[in-house]
Amino acid sequence: MRLPAPLLLLAALALACIVGPWVGAALGSDGATVDLLHRLAGPSAVHPLGTDELGRDELLRLLGAGRVSLAIGVAAALTAAALGTTVGLAAGYLGGWTDRLSMRLTDAVIALPLLPLLIVLAALDLRKLGVPQWLARSDDISFLRIVLLAVLVSWTTPARLVRGAALAARNRDFVRAARSLGARVPHILRVHILPNALAPLTVATALSVGDVILLESVLSFLGLGIQPPLASWGTMLTNAQDLIETAPRLALYPGLMIFLTVIACNLLGDTLQHRLDRAAASRSASRGRAAKRLSAAR
Amino acid sequence: MIRFVAIRLVEIAVVLALLSFAIYVLIGLMPGDPIDLMRNADPHMTAADVAHLKAVYGLDRPLVARYLAWITGALAGNLGYSRLFAEPVWTVLLPRLGNSLVLMGSSFILALLLGLVLGTLAARRPHSRLDAAINLVCFAGVSVPTFWLALVLILVFAADLGWLPASGAATAGVAEIGDRLRHLVLPVATLTLASVGGYTRYVRAAMREALAEDHIRTARAKGAGPARVIVHHALRSAMVPVTTILALSFGSLVSGALVTETMFAYPGMGKLIFDAVMGNDYNLALAGLLLAAVVTMLANLAADLAYGWLDPRVTYR
Repeated sequence: MRLPAPLLLLAALALACIVGPWVGAALGSDGATVDLLHRLAGPSAVHPLGTDELGRDELLRLLGAGRVSLAIGVAAALTAAALGTTVGLAAGYLGGWTDRLSMRLTDAVIALPLLPLLIVLAALDLRKLGVPQWLARSDDISFLRIVLLAVLVSWTTPARLVRGAALAARNRDFVRAARSLGARVPHILRVHILPNALAPLTVATALSVGDVILLESVLSFLGLGIQPPLASWGTMLTNAQDLIETAPRLALYPGLMIFLTVIACNLLGDTLQHRLDRAAASRSASRGRAAKRLSAAR
Repeated sequence: MIRFVAIRLVEIAVVLALLSFAIYVLIGLMPGDPIDLMRNADPHMTAADVAHLKAVYGLDRPLVARYLAWITGALAGNLGYSRLFAEPVWTVLLPRLGNSLVLMGSSFILALLLGLVLGTLAARRPHSRLDAAINLVCFAGVSVPTFWLALVLILVFAADLGWLPASGAATAGVAEIGDRLRHLVLPVATLTLASVGGYTRYVRAAMREALAEDHIRTARAKGAGPARVIVHHALRSAMVPVTTILALSFGSLVSGALVTETMFAYPGMGKLIFDAVMGNDYNLALAGLLLAAVVTMLANLAADLAYGWLDPRVTYR
């Protein structure tokens, strides 16, 4: 099977972000050292993309921020897929009230104007919420918070997909056979139902990585996402916005990285979807998504 | 049908009641509160003054009682005063609602027209070069971060070329239509570029499905030319899902475009909600968020109804 080109692009981006800072460190340079004598320097042999407003190496900052942005995208997409799968399996296989309640919940999440609500959630004072001081003040809290918010909006698509697959498989002969042989519910779900949902779930997860990265960049850009000392592509753009007249390239690079990553995720999802369609599988992923797309993150 | 609408309206009311309470609680959990702000501004304020103020504003009462007092007022049309603007919430909301309608409406119409043309062109010859090119443009559109697109447009057309203003809805003191239009160009362009991809893909899918239907084959067999088949026959069936997006987009007409409006300092609903949330303006933030939610949910209901009205095969249960 030929590897899809977007997957290769994504892999290259991820590899650069993971390995890049190490290579930089081996060459005696990192993205954190402040060098006020060489602020906003142009590209040179030492700094291939120049330096930022504090004289830090722009390329290494980009790669370091990419680690954060990609980690958030993957972590949130996988968590959302796991949560959505659990809800979807319960709704589709058990049916009844579980089904009705959880599907109403997904309806409500899909129908809400999400961005304004996310901004309220992102701005909450965690200490008023009773989160312990050490956690609320730790450096990683902004990372955890963003992942949580992204999961909150992205679990609905996997939930609906898995529910659909579970509903379709519930009364198939092999499931009845397993049931009549005395198989327990978790076994049936894992061995007989879940494999049917895996293909559309993979497509939805690939697409959702891109969506999460976009969402993270918007919230971070507005000052509500990743907080220093962590940096993501979104926060790099916030700083660059103030310098747009003096150093426009600082605003170009992080945006370009977000754009490349997200378009690679979307093209990957599309390619996988095509292969699925050719394998005559469900098409509901792209449909539910097309409608959702129109309302989110504008 | 009536039963369907009734059930949905009840559902919407339940969701809104829960949501309004949730938002009310959440807004109270934001950093800082108005009394703190007053205390910081006035060093002579004593603890007794603070207690007195809390009693005046009813902040010493339990949360549920405060919420009930607020919601009964809101249902009677009294949304209170905005802290940031020192005006009644309605007076602040209405002009911004108008601004958002202008911005969102014009970019929506533009994006939809472009989407119809591009989507139809792509659907006519699936998997051709033109289709692939349009597809790539669509993917670029949905993948670009809106705020970055806005930043690039400002950089090129406002900072470098100096052709267009970068922020605001009008030049202060100028009340010409031309000036307002010039201020609209960049935000409308941003929103259109960002949303045209989604519409195009939607139209393309609807059009391909429509072109595969039996009545199209019949029309072709009866000798209708390609243009007539598309415009008269296929476009009509394709308009069914397209009308659904139209209704779905109605919610965003009211809630505005938070990111784009903030980038261009355009005084619309999105920027207003953002500023209210960030500025601890409880009354304004609550009203803005709930108005956006109400309209979005009613629009979704309208979309469902439009679907059945246009496509008689759809039934409601």
